[in-house]
Parts: sequence; C-alpha cells; structure tokens
Amino acid sequence: MANDPEEKQPSASPKDEPSAVKSPAAAGEPASKPPAPPAAPAAKPPAPGGVPPAPAAKPPAAAVPPKPPAPPKEGPVALDNDLVKRYKQRFGDAIREAWIDRKQSILVVAREKLVEIATYSRDEEKFDWLSDLTAVDWPKREQRFDIVLNMYSMEKNERLRVKVYASADERVPSVQGVWATANWEEREVYDMFGVIFEGHPELKRILLPDEWQGYPLRKDYDILTQDTAWVRENLGIESGQ
Amino acid sequence: MADQRVPFATHADSTVLGADEIVLNMGPQHPSTHGVLRVKLRLDGEKVIGSECVIGYLHRGVEKIAEHRTYTQFAPYVDRMDYVAAVSNGLGYCEAVEKLLGAEAPLRARVIRTILTELQRIASHLFWLGTHALDIGALTPLFYCLREREEILKIFEKYCGARLTTHAFRIGGLQYEAYDEFEKDVERFCKPFDKRVDEYESLLTGNRIWVGRTKGIGILTAKEAIDYAASGPVIRASGVKWDIRKAMPYAAYDLYKFEIPTGKNGDTFDRYIVRMEEMRQSRLICLQAIENIPAGPIMGKVGKVLKPPPGEVYHAIEAPKGELGYYIVSDGTTQPYRVRIRPPSLINLEAFDKMIRGHLVADVVAIIGTLDIVLGEVDR
Amino acid sequence: MHSLIDFLLTYWVQLVCAVIIVAVLPLVAGYIVLMERKVMADMQARLGPMRVGPHGLLQPIADALKLLIKEDIIPDEADKAIFWVAPLISVTAGMLAMSTLAIGPWFQIADLNIGLLFIVGISALGIFGIVLGGWSSNSHYSLLGALRSAAQLVSYETAAGMAIVGALMLAGTLSTREIIATQNDYGVWFVFAAPVGFFIYVVASIAETNRAPFDLPEAESELVAGYMTEYSGFRWALYFLAEYTNMVVVASIATTLFLGGWLRPFAGTRAFNFLDFLPSVLLLGVAGYCFYRAPKQPVKIQKMVLAAVGAMIILVALILAAPLLAPAGSFVASMKAGLHGAFWFLLKVGLYIYLFMWLRFTFPRYRFDQLMRLGWQFLIPLSIVNVMGIGVALVLHRHFGWSHWTAFPLTTILTLAVAGLLAAAGEKQEKTHAIVGEEA
Repeated sequence: MANDPEEKQPSASPKDEPSAVKSPAAAGEPASKPPAPPAAPAAKPPAPGGVPPAPAAKPPAAAVPPKPPAPPKEGPVALDNDLVKRYKQRFGDAIREAWIDRKQSILVVAREKLVEIATYSRDEEKFDWLSDLTAVDWPKREQRFDIVLNMYSMEKNERLRVKVYASADERVPSVQGVWATANWEEREVYDMFGVIFEGHPELKRILLPDEWQGYPLRKDYDILTQDTAWVRENLGIESGQ
Repeated sequence: MADQRVPFATHADSTVLGADEIVLNMGPQHPSTHGVLRVKLRLDGEKVIGSECVIGYLHRGVEKIAEHRTYTQFAPYVDRMDYVAAVSNGLGYCEAVEKLLGAEAPLRARVIRTILTELQRIASHLFWLGTHALDIGALTPLFYCLREREEILKIFEKYCGARLTTHAFRIGGLQYEAYDEFEKDVERFCKPFDKRVDEYESLLTGNRIWVGRTKGIGILTAKEAIDYAASGPVIRASGVKWDIRKAMPYAAYDLYKFEIPTGKNGDTFDRYIVRMEEMRQSRLICLQAIENIPAGPIMGKVGKVLKPPPGEVYHAIEAPKGELGYYIVSDGTTQPYRVRIRPPSLINLEAFDKMIRGHLVADVVAIIGTLDIVLGEVDR
Repeated sequence: MHSLIDFLLTYWVQLVCAVIIVAVLPLVAGYIVLMERKVMADMQARLGPMRVGPHGLLQPIADALKLLIKEDIIPDEADKAIFWVAPLISVTAGMLAMSTLAIGPWFQIADLNIGLLFIVGISALGIFGIVLGGWSSNSHYSLLGALRSAAQLVSYETAAGMAIVGALMLAGTLSTREIIATQNDYGVWFVFAAPVGFFIYVVASIAETNRAPFDLPEAESELVAGYMTEYSGFRWALYFLAEYTNMVVVASIATTLFLGGWLRPFAGTRAFNFLDFLPSVLLLGVAGYCFYRAPKQPVKIQKMVLAAVGAMIILVALILAAPLLAPAGSFVASMKAGLHGAFWFLLKVGLYIYLFMWLRFTFPRYRFDQLMRLGWQFLIPLSIVNVMGIGVALVLHRHFGWSHWTAFPLTTILTLAVAGLLAAAGEKQEKTHAIVGEEA
C-alpha cells in the first residue's frame, strides 16, 4: 500500500510539494492522520488486495527513474500477511500502514497506541528484543518525524519495524517501560531530533552537552548558525568563518 | 519486565547524600574506563548504590556526516567507530548498502570477508582480554594478547595496507584480491592459536583470585539481558543461544560449522569464558574457510555511482561486541538520507547501572571491562 | 666540643652506616625498580628499558633526575602543611626501620635488644604518611586509597606480628643478631621449623607493603593511584622510595627471621664449605655475561659502560674470594664473615623481592572485601594456631624430650590441617554470599 509512492514521496517532497503523485491515491483514503501524506493513500488497509497491484505497476513508472536495473526486487511492496492481519484484528485502525521493503516488514501505527502495540508485540508476538529505536526527519512532511522501532523476535527469528509519525510539537509515548533498553535510545532521539517522549523518566541530552542548542540530526539544522552564535557569545567577534 | 530504575540525577547531587555517602567521579580521564567514559558513582563506603554513565566525549556526529557523503565516501567513516574491530564495521556497512541496492557480493568476496572478519573478532577479543585482565590487576596477559593481535594486524596490513582502520571492503565486494601468501599467513596464525588461548586460560581461568573477582559479579539474567537488548557475548553469557551468524547468516557464514558458546549465570566469569570460546570458534571458521576459497570475481555488479532505489533497510551483523546494525534510508539519490548505526557497545553499556548496583568500586572496572565497550562506538 | 669528639669516636661505625643507608637507599630503590621492570619485561615477552645506558642500566638515574626537576604541584584545595609533610613521614619511617637490621655481621647501626619489635613498630608508622597524604589531598580517590591502606595495614600487621611471634618463640630473643645466631645453633633455618609461619609472613608482608595482588590502596585501575593520586614530582618519588624501602625492610625481616640472615646455606656443615666460593662464581658468571654482551651494544659508549660494569663485578668477586684464598689467621681472611655475610643477606633479600615481583605479575588483584576476608578469617586464625603449634612443639621438645625431627613436623601438619579447615569454611561462606554487596 504505502509501497513506492510512500517511500518515494519523502525523497520527492523535499523538492516539490507533495501533491501530484499522492493525491490521486489518497483521494479514496481518508487517512486518519494526514501526517504522512504519502502514507495516507495506502494507509487504509481495508482494500489490501486491490492496492498492491497498483503500486507494483506504479513504481517503475513514477518512482524508479533513478535506477532502472534494480526495481523489480527493491523498493516497498504492500504487506498483508498473517502477522499484519493479527495486528489489524487486534488494533484495527491503529495499524495505519504495512509494507515490506527489502524483505523487511514495516508497520506504521498510531502514535497514541504505541505503548499498547509495543507491549502486545513483546508479549504476544514475541518481538521481545528491541534492537533499535531511532528517528528519521522528513521536514517537508506535516508530521516530520518517523520514530522507528526495530524489533526482533528470538523465537521466530524475525524482524519487524514499527513506525510512528510525529510532528515537532507532538509527544511520542515512551516505550521505556516496555523495553529498558529504550531509555538511552529515546534520550538519543531527543538529543538529536528534539522529539519529546512522554513518560520517560529522565529525558535529557545524552551525547551532546546539556547546554547544546538545536537538534543536529534534523535536516534543517545548521552548524553555521550555531557556530556564529557561539563565536559571538564567547569570542565577541562577528563570525568565525 | 522493564526495570524501573531510580534516575541517578534525582538523588545524586551532593545536597541529598546520606551521611556516609560520597559521589565519586570516574573518568573521562581514568586508567580503566577504556577511553573517555565518565561514570558518576554514588558510594556508601566502597559500595556502589547508584551510577550514571556520562557519554558523548567522543561524539563526532557520524550519522550526520553520512548524510553529506555518498554511499562510497561514507564507508571509511564507519571504521572509526569501533576502531578495535574496524573490519566488522565495514562488513556491516557494505552489506547493508548492498542490501539496499539489491546487489550481492560474489562468493569469493564473501568468503574473504568472512575470514578477515573472524580474524578481526579474534583481534578484538584479544584486546578485550588483555585490557580486562589489566583492569582486574593481572598485568601480564595484556602483552601476550597484544603479541597475538599483532600477527592479525600484520595480515590486515599485508592485505590492504592498513592495520587499524582498514577500510578493507568495498560496497559490492572487495577492492583487493587476497595476496599470494594470504591463506598461508592465516593458517600460520590459526594453527597454533588454540594453544595460545589455552595459555591465557592457564593464567586466569583456574586462578582463585580471578575467579573470585569475576564469579557472581555483574549478573545479568537472560530476561534482563533481553530487556536491555544486550547482544553478543553479553547476552550469550546469560544463556541465550543467539548469534546472528547462525540466526540470519550473512557473508559466508552459512558455509561453515561452528558452535555458539553460551554461559549460564550471566556473570563476568561467564562472559569471559564465552569470549574465550568464541576465539576458538573463530579460529575454526578461519581454518575451514581458507581450505577452499572459491575462485571467481571479487566485485559484484554495482554501478560506479551508487543510487539505491528509495526505501530503507536494517541490516545487522554479529560484530565482536554484539549486534551491529545499520538502518539506512535512501531517497534515491547518491547520498543516504539517513544512516542510523546501532552500536552494540552503547546498548550493552546501558545495562551497566543494573549490573553494578550493590557491588564495590573494584567491580566497576571489572564490569566496564566485561561489557567490552569501545567509546568510539558508544559516542559515534 | 670534647663530648662531640667522644661521640664521634664512640659511634663512628653507626654514623657511617647511617650515612650509607640514607645515601644509598634511594639508589638501591631505583635499581630495585629497574629490576622490577626487567623482571616484568621478561615475564611479558619484551625487553623493558633499553635506552638509557646498556640494557637500561642507567635508567634509574635518569628517572631520579626527571622526578627531581618535575614541577611540584600542590592542589589548591589540599591541606598544604600535611600534604607537604606526609611523604616525609613515610620515608623516614622506612629508613628508621633499617637501622636495626643486621646486613652481615659488620653492618648494623644499632643492635637493640628489642630489635624486631622496633622495626615492626617503626615501619607501621609509615602508614601515617599514607593516611595523611590521602586525606590531605582532598580527593576522593586519595581518601579511598588511604582508608583502604589503613584498614589493610591494621588487618595484616596482626597476622604478620603473630607470624613473627612464632619465630621469636623459637629464637627466644628480639635482637636481630641473636636470632640469626640461634638459627646457626639450631643448625636449621626457621623457615623449616615453622613453614606455616613463613607462609603467613610472606602473604602479610606483601599486603603490608601494598604490593600486588594486595595493592588496593593504589590500585591503578580502580583508584587511579590511590593515596598518591594528587602527588607528583619529587613528593611522589618519596612515596615510591618509601614503598621500596618497606619492601627491603620486610624482606630483611623475613631473611633474618626465617631464612637464616647472613648465614650461608648449611653454614654449620663442613662438607658444604665449597659453597663459600659460590658468591665469587656467581658474580664471575654475571661479569662474563656482561663482557659477552658488551661488544653487541649498538653505541660505543654503551659498550664501554657495560664492560666497566663487568669489571666492577669482577672486582667485587675478587674481594669476596680474597678472604678464602688468604692464609688462615691473616687480616684479609678475617674479613670473610663480614663480606660473605653481607653477600648472602643481600642475595636472600633479593630473592625475596623477586618473589614479590613474580607474584605481582602473575596474579590479578584482590578485591577489598576478599582481602579482608582472607586476612581476618584465614591468616589471623591460622597465625594464632601456628603460634600454638610452635609452643606445643617446643614443650614436646624441651620437656618431654622429643626430637626436633618429630615435634616440629607433627605440629606443622596439625597446623596445616587447621589451615585446610579454615580454607574450606571460607569457601563455603563465599558460596553463600556469592554477591558481596547484596543487601540482606
């Protein structure tokens, strides 16, 4: 569903306003959140059977101009296997999208339900090992941050990626209570992206010094601005460049 | 399941210390914090009742740098993360990008990669053993370990000209063909190496002081290890038999037979035993691999300019320290849109507070040592 | 004026000895450090210092110079007066303790009738230097080191003291000279009469001198440098000097008490008189090695220095051989006791110190609670049992007419049995409290 249009869109969005490509697809689907406009089209899984073919057809046309040789294998394809069905059955609309990319399953879920879904994944689906928690910034998107949880199940020897979208001022529920390991990783995401995690016991910078200004991994972060400010304040000169 | 820790900060400042308590600052300059780790310890006498790791002194913004380099240009940077195991870092990155491209390195390249990576694992474990023993006060093993590690570094040097930050692999395969004596060199190193490991063990394993200092120290149960997402020898010592080389084989690991050593108690001693055994297993893998290095090209079909189709990939390998994961998002251009590196050292270090509470100051260095952290990787 | 001359006339030997100790001890300490580094290098498959002088023979001098001209840093927050005086206390205590040691029958400053008691008492004073230094530095590492040091000394001084008591019961005197004389009379060194006592003393003396595996007060991987963390330059060197002086002192005590002091092995047996030539032969061997290595030195001056060292050693060897070759009754022959006594004494001290080094480079470090447990639960009870055992043996020997050869082995075996029991009990306890810090 989200497949190519979705994935490509981020790349496209920086350049041009997301409208042409996605809006047709989106028309039918009133995505619960417009945050992920690209996702929105595919977001509604109700008609999963119908959608996949379309994306499959689309990608070569719209998405893949840069690299013609690889397209058939690579790139996202909508996913609707048992796992996704179970999730959907349990959480319904909270599962916004599901696709598979490079043989890796990806779920996009509603932000408010994250803790519930995480707990369910850990206890019921046995994705008990949170290998990574990070974020990606898509500044042109309304909800600019992907919060990405890479889970792994020792029992099933399977990986699952769960994403939520958040805008700069939206708070993301902390999964620190579900996996202890998320503590530092959420701190790092906060440090680098400025995403606030609701319910985190001590959300403070981890890699950067406490007095650091700005969030370096945001796409609009500008080291020059920061440097100039620092130079002005500490050295009393106009610019260090 | 998740451990609800009392944050250090809420009770650590000196104004609310109990009558017998002091705050001891270890690092960032300290002989045994393995770099620039800083640990704030709250002590009752010599007993640790709270700790906080302060990291970031070596932060170089590797993930940000990646966004401004092409895929190829970024490859040497990853060597600088875990500089004790640069080859493994390179392998992870190259394979992740290959996955993103949908390309695969030819078999010959993968076999050579496997050999070099396993040698690197041995080198990394040797370095760990030497410094870990040094932390616990055994001065001598360090020099034996470095002596052996030197042999491995010489092989790296002969192969690609660099010893530490090797940049040995390229996306899609290898740049360099194995040199003529390669198999012989590896064999010359590997053949007697198990005896050497026995030698180190004879210095430590049966030593009462060593056992006393490591048994029962820094226990991490299997449940806790999973909760903290510990990986590598740390989680295996807790009894979880999980190794990415077996679970999701990459490079050429599916071709070779090897065991996954596990521990039972998840204490420092078990982690020590697990790593010692891993060195022996790595040696076996190398010996199997050099027996038959398949002929063929060493470079797969990837373009000169790498433009992976949009999408994302998470690829993890079993680095010497644990799961080293690369999460790469492509926007279809020549530069990665986002590279996230999952550093095993950082995540393993997170369990430090859990492991140290209730132990003594002397155990702090034992536990830091047993986690086998490299600050270049923790801070990136 | 008159009384001063009188004083000098009466005590000139003591004065000369004292000056020699004060002047030579730092040099000796320096060379013990060199020896330690060389031994360490040997055990670790490397060469050790090789740059200054041939095979690094002048390294101690270079080090001393460096330390002398290094900046002397006193932390702002330190208690300056105490910080300043603390290393001096340590060094002074160490040097004072040397005063009653008999290095050969000739070389002794004072033969006190409470000799050993004096040594033990004075050398324990050195701990003040450590505790005060650690406290005045105003640093947590220093403080922890100082506290560890104090606790360690208290614990192990007891065990060492009881081990000494055992040997003293055999000797029946506290004077160092007479202790050695008694061993001559017995015809056997006390290490064979009281092996358990010797063992306890070895362990306790390592702990007392803060050497690995008991070097917790300065455990560099935990406390950076323990009580010495804030010290630098010459003050730091003073602590170092004190540490090595203490090593010499405890090694000398062990030599005096257990290893027959300046006595040659089998001193009373004429059949072994050929051993008198051993010192010269040993030294000639060393000199020969020097000459063998000299031409292989890379620099000309190093060749010369090494050859000179060889020549000096030959000279010493000749001096040691002279009394043996001179006609009996001549003045030269009468020097044998003094010269050979000093040689054997120093050789034994050297071997004892070598044992220290060997242990240091072989073992990991104890943890503090393990150290305490070892001290209080094993060594102290064992040393008390040892004293009792020796007492029983003496009674059996003196009042019931048992021979040495049955009484002492019997009690030694009994003591060892108790040691086994203690060890087993300790093991069991360790298992039940696997995790040290776990709160009940």
